[in-house]
Amino acid sequence: MAESRLFTIESFYDFAKEGKLMAAKCNKCGTLLLPPRPVCTTCLSKDFEWIELRIKGKLLTYTVIYVAPPQFESMTPYLVGIVKLEDGPNLPGMIKGVEPEEIKVGMDVKVDFDKSIPSKWPLWPRYFFVPS
Amino acid sequence: MTGKPLVSIVSAGLSKFGKMEGLYGRELFAQAAKEAFERCPNLDPPKNVEALFVGHMGESYEHQGHTGATLADWAGILPIPAIRTEAACASSGVALRCGIFAILSGLYDVVMVGGVEKMTHRSTPEVTEFLAMASDFPFEQWHGITFPGLYALMATAHMHKYGTTEEQMAMVAVKNHHNGVLNPKAHMQKEITLEQALSSRVIAWPLKLFDCSLITDGASCLILTKPELAKKFTDTPVHVIGSGHACDTIGLYERQELTTLKAGKLAGQEAYKTAKTDPKDMDVAEVHDCFTIAEIIAYEDLNFCKLGEGGKLAEEGKTQIGGEIPVNTSGGLKSKGHPVGATGTAQAYEIYLQLTDQAEKRQMDDAEIGLSHNVGGSGATATVHIYKRG
Repeated sequence: MAESRLFTIESFYDFAKEGKLMAAKCNKCGTLLLPPRPVCTTCLSKDFEWIELRIKGKLLTYTVIYVAPPQFESMTPYLVGIVKLEDGPNLPGMIKGVEPEEIKVGMDVKVDFDKSIPSKWPLWPRYFFVPS
Repeated sequence: MTGKPLVSIVSAGLSKFGKMEGLYGRELFAQAAKEAFERCPNLDPPKNVEALFVGHMGESYEHQGHTGATLADWAGILPIPAIRTEAACASSGVALRCGIFAILSGLYDVVMVGGVEKMTHRSTPEVTEFLAMASDFPFEQWHGITFPGLYALMATAHMHKYGTTEEQMAMVAVKNHHNGVLNPKAHMQKEITLEQALSSRVIAWPLKLFDCSLITDGASCLILTKPELAKKFTDTPVHVIGSGHACDTIGLYERQELTTLKAGKLAGQEAYKTAKTDPKDMDVAEVHDCFTIAEIIAYEDLNFCKLGEGGKLAEEGKTQIGGEIPVNTSGGLKSKGHPVGATGTAQAYEIYLQLTDQAEKRQMDDAEIGLSHNVGGSGATATVHIYKRG
């Protein structure tokens, strides 16, 4: 059955809660939108369908955060990066399960999900990357 | 032959930059305004200044919004219309653009543009949180990506793609600290060595403490008028002959390239085109060195060198005072300081001083044409302006 959720950022995170990495695919030109948007950035169409993306990708760049905002201070130092997913879109996020000395640009990673929801707005889970 | 003047700067003011304990942002703006008014005795501020455009990034720092009217009041120029512009660290670069529009529209003969930020009374984690508001919330801030983190992501990508080194980035810091010592209004009046820069504590690898600009309090302003009226106010105006402004996605991750700021490049191209100038015509430049890698990327985006050769340009000393194209003679954001909303017009202030022979110890010989480059966030906004001695 076709998924009828709205093409919004909140829907993206609702799917993440279910362990799914979802993007909006433009039915007119095929562009994949991550995050989903109301209008296609390539052809301005508003006709989309949800597709589940493959969770694998390659690390484009990374950094190790030592000075963090109050919400993340207890986690320092932590790794974050930008990943090019196999299906095309880029996705930023935390990288877990690898030491800063071992991390490399170009390494294979995959998306995993922390399905716990914070008690304050926004009521979203977080996804993260691990080596694959 | 350069392009015709869009507007003329007839005066400028800058508060002391630094940790200005016990002073509110509005009081710093009043200091900057006072200097601009005193520098221009032919100007009768409440009578002549017809509008204010002022950059201010965040209400969070001082729990104070509604900044336009507040600053017009504290500058002593009520009841003129005052408009706050917000584009993160490019807030006052955009204010300058708006001031140019206001004059070119024919509505006003004289306007004031400027900017302010009061930051140092907040803790570093708090400032880190407030600055991160200039980045994408749902995919960057939500995942713990800080502002230094975003530029660190660019730095890692630049190092990987072009072989740029941590040493080359540190050389930008050493240069800008040297220049800051020559600027009595700079926040940090301290030379640093390459070893000190490289061994300072890591903020977001590969960026270390000395790769990062300063958390600073400060304010800046300029008085703009129609070029044909400039001589009524001063014998030494500086003409703005080029202006460019472009935007990009707020999320760094959504961009095709992580090693260049497309908005910076496009704003530069537009400014060079309106000014009918080339990069080689620039005698002096203030670029947005919020992090050392940002200055290296700016060299490339502004065509001071080829793509990927920004690190080399810094290493060869070509951007030092006395070099081919001196960059950040004021000390830059790195050493003069970066009160975010004030930065765009503070850069213009330095170019104004250089082109009117008022830059004292750091004065360049025969500087005729200068450039300022102001970036908001991780590059979602950029403005570039080109100035000529009047």
